[in-house]
Amino acid sequence: MHVAHLSLADFRSYARAEVPLDPGVTAFTGPNGQGKTNLVEAVGYVATLASHRVAGDAPLVRLGAERAVIRASVVRDQRPTLVELELNPGRANRARINRSDNVRPRDVLGLLRTVLFAPEDLALVKGDPGERRRFLDELLVARAPRLAGVRQDYERVLKQRNALLKSAAMARRAGAKAQLSTLDVWDEHLARAGAELLAHRIDLVAALQPLVRSAYEELAPGGGPTRLEYRSSMGEGVPLSGGSVAAARSATEGGGARATGGPLAAALLGAMGAARKQELERGVTLVGPHRDELGLQLGELPAKGYASHGESWSYALALRLASYELLRADGGEPVLILDDVFAELDTRRRERLAELVAGGEQVLVTAAVPEDVPDALAGSRYSVANGEVDRIA
Amino acid sequence: MYEGVVQDLIDELGRLPGVGPKSAQRIAFHILQSDPVDVRRLAHALNEVKEKVRFCVVCGNVSESERCRVCLDPRRDPAVICVVEEPKDVVAVERTREFRGRYHVLGGAISPIEGVGPDDLRIRELMTRLADGVVTELILATDPNLEGEATATYLARLLKPMGLRVTRLASGLPVGGDLEYADEVTLGRAFEGRRLLDV
Repeated sequence: MHVAHLSLADFRSYARAEVPLDPGVTAFTGPNGQGKTNLVEAVGYVATLASHRVAGDAPLVRLGAERAVIRASVVRDQRPTLVELELNPGRANRARINRSDNVRPRDVLGLLRTVLFAPEDLALVKGDPGERRRFLDELLVARAPRLAGVRQDYERVLKQRNALLKSAAMARRAGAKAQLSTLDVWDEHLARAGAELLAHRIDLVAALQPLVRSAYEELAPGGGPTRLEYRSSMGEGVPLSGGSVAAARSATEGGGARATGGPLAAALLGAMGAARKQELERGVTLVGPHRDELGLQLGELPAKGYASHGESWSYALALRLASYELLRADGGEPVLILDDVFAELDTRRRERLAELVAGGEQVLVTAAVPEDVPDALAGSRYSVANGEVDRIA
Repeated sequence: MYEGVVQDLIDELGRLPGVGPKSAQRIAFHILQSDPVDVRRLAHALNEVKEKVRFCVVCGNVSESERCRVCLDPRRDPAVICVVEEPKDVVAVERTREFRGRYHVLGGAISPIEGVGPDDLRIRELMTRLADGVVTELILATDPNLEGEATATYLARLLKPMGLRVTRLASGLPVGGDLEYADEVTLGRAFEGRRLLDV
């Protein structure tokens, strides 16, 4: 798939922008702070309904404007789909697909798939566990948009349960009797939603394992091997091998409507039971997918804290390249976005990466100076300056 | 800003649910231009509703007397109770004309975020109603969202030892709709709750 046209209104620094795009490589170059990243950020937003740079939508709306609009014509199997998103900070965003109003923003997920490489990716290796959980969950949603709902449900149950634990903890401290009669109910709902999320994450890690290893080997020959380890907050003894979704499904299948969700749900319930005393003292939920970690091993050591800056970069790139391979294997070649990454890499890695992505159906690159774009990525060139986007080659 | 009383009216209307400042202004000017008789009738209705309407002592539904119409109706089946969150849910179920039992209005759903626990709902009243053993089936018709589901699960656990038949409304596809427009969660639920076609 590729984006044939991108149109922005009051998005970031752009009052208006119309950018026609071709398949193949397109590079946006220009001095810093002129709006190169804003263009690819908009493309990424259409794919994930979130920015790769900020958490909320408010910074995406141009200063003084009430709303921002992103329009993208996405071509898949030669058929164009027009996606329009209206960002209303503080209120519900609106979406249109092929000029039809009758859609929710969530329906847009899956129409465009992107894999975005950015300087922020270094946090995948060096940052908090939350960065790695988000990496997994976003990839899950890109592969199966339905899981966006599962993820939302889980977050919501978690909030309710934490609210209950917190009020119970406060009541205990004040010497009053805690209101715990509903805790079992929330446990059950948390286990059900959590087990589904967990099962998908475990299968995803199993699918990524060989792809990350070979991508790392390509980027930094002889430097590995890499190993991904899904570490559950439930500790040892949890069935963390691949095939979890299938196992959970066969456990619920035939069990009638709304069965409990198989061995993972049972494990979560057990772990919550064991942690209950501690949870009541601290007033937060201590087990579940929201406390899990994706361990990134390089050779015998964890990459976080032990890998060099260059190795960390290679690892982050390998994770993104593996996502690309995985999405590609599902069908529907994703759009590759390389936002300002080449300036961060040494010559060898820069060339390796360029070779690996050069064959993509559409590759969007941003760089401050044209020399930062490797020769392997020849294609269309745009200059970006003062909010103007002009084709130069 | 308008002068005195006009602005007061706009402010009061703006406090109503679903009415924004623009709508409040439009309604206020509509009232200003209306026939005084119509306006007095509206004011009267507002006063009456606060003075006369109470909540049924049995089921918690809105009522003009101590007991609501459904609870007083001898033709309704006393053995079946449909548990709902709000009085407006009673109206929704009544519209189906399918249900011949009685109701119990909880007054909300369990939501720790909003500080609503089981003690804030009319659950104790429900247990009192079940004490004499007349009721044999309880239909849990709370909203099909997270809080409604949690409330239903809580009630089901609470009632299980009493040996009652406890059922939950089915989730699934809207009648007369298209399969392709159903969202994944609803469609997934419909698959879970599929039933054997008896032909």
